[in-house]
Amino acid sequence: MIVIKGLRKSFNGFEVLKGVDLALPENHITFIMGQSGTGKSVLLKHIVGLIKPDEGEIRFENQDITKLSEKELQKVRKNIGFLFQEGALFDSMTVGENVAFPLKEHFKLSAKEIKSQVEELLDAVGLLASKDKFPSELSGGMKKRAALARTLALKPKVILFDEPTTGLDPILQVSILQLIKDIKEKYQLTCAIISHDVALALKFADYIAFLHQGRILKFGTPDEIKQAEEEFIQNFLRSALL
Amino acid sequence: MNILRFLGKSFLKVLEDSGGIFLFFLKSLIYFFTPPFRLKHLIKHMEFIGVKSFLVVFLTALFSGMVTAYQVNIALAKVGSQSILGGAVALTLTRELGPVLTAIVVVARAGSAICAEIGSMRITEQIDALKIMAVNPIQYLISPRLWAAILVVPLLTAIADLIGIAGGYVVGVFLVKIDPGLLTARMTDMVEFKDIMSGILKSIFFGAFLVSVCGYKGYNVRGGAEGVGRATTEAVVVSTVGILVMDYILTTLFF
Repeated sequence: MIVIKGLRKSFNGFEVLKGVDLALPENHITFIMGQSGTGKSVLLKHIVGLIKPDEGEIRFENQDITKLSEKELQKVRKNIGFLFQEGALFDSMTVGENVAFPLKEHFKLSAKEIKSQVEELLDAVGLLASKDKFPSELSGGMKKRAALARTLALKPKVILFDEPTTGLDPILQVSILQLIKDIKEKYQLTCAIISHDVALALKFADYIAFLHQGRILKFGTPDEIKQAEEEFIQNFLRSALL
Repeated sequence: MNILRFLGKSFLKVLEDSGGIFLFFLKSLIYFFTPPFRLKHLIKHMEFIGVKSFLVVFLTALFSGMVTAYQVNIALAKVGSQSILGGAVALTLTRELGPVLTAIVVVARAGSAICAEIGSMRITEQIDALKIMAVNPIQYLISPRLWAAILVVPLLTAIADLIGIAGGYVVGVFLVKIDPGLLTARMTDMVEFKDIMSGILKSIFFGAFLVSVCGYKGYNVRGGAEGVGRATTEAVVVSTVGILVMDYILTTLFF
């Protein structure tokens, strides 16, 4: 579904991505792991065109999105959702209005249809009771769930998650990832998740990609990653599971 | 050498910002006419920039008109020409004080709020979220504000002209004791349609300029909450000084 080839990106002369090659398998969850500052978020932002690469290509449904204009990218973005680390909910709108926003922008729906879809989406993420609350009244986990409902409103084929579990307690971390897994099944989604949590990745990932020194060091199923011979990966797994 | 480097760097920053603001203005101006049309947003921002600035504009214009009349009277008394007080006050207000003071009041009240709001949306990734949802952030956030300012700043200026002249009338008639008939006759003799329209035209430029500067500064905020504060201060300073510079240039073009 999404194929990245030879992606390179530098900021102020410092090369963050040094030729990333990665394919996100369709209808599966891929965890992207690696040390802090290795460019995981930068990689994800390239996929939605928020950052333009210096070199390389990103193919989505057989078109190279790095070559698209901002207007052409808008069509692609309706199919690729992105969940920001802090949710990026509009703080002047209620949760319900946030979820209704993409529906009002892109679909010609009546007020009744919008209301019913908003309620269905909020119900799917377990936030129906918080429909009229403002983002400032929500906890970290609730914000992420509200943002997920808003992302789902556009009915994307792919959702990219930028550290969806950071800052949450272990119980909430599991519940958010379980929710992502359930939603992936329900809506037949392709998901990429940035995470540092090895235990959660091994439990919830279909595939894991290790980003190290600007390249994908290893890509495989959780079992394959556990058996990886690369010293960096073994150190990473050991340190995380201490 | 350091001074030269500093001057060169500052000059390049001014050039970069000027070009950036101009392109930002052009995009905001044009995107308004691309679907989806945002008339509800336009009305909302007209209310914010226009209706909610009314009281401050009213008070500023009233006291500016009164103090102008008071000071001009002192100067005219020295040459025994107090009879032209009404005309002098009306000319000053319609040509210069009305548009300039209105624009500066709008910068302080609405421009700073626009910069801070857009800036905080930038640092909390709400602008990126708009892009991700296939919504053009400039078309959604800036275009309606730009057109709202283009439409309401001239209206506020017309009101400011009227209130300021009324203030001058009160001082002229009740304090200086000029005959009301003479005062108004000199106003109508000396003020031409061109004088009023030049002020209104200036205010259209000022409205477009202040939203472009404040919107641009907010849209390009870097550096968290401190960055928002810095950008807001810069936006107010650049807008205010820019309005005064633009006023001089437009005045030399009009007259």
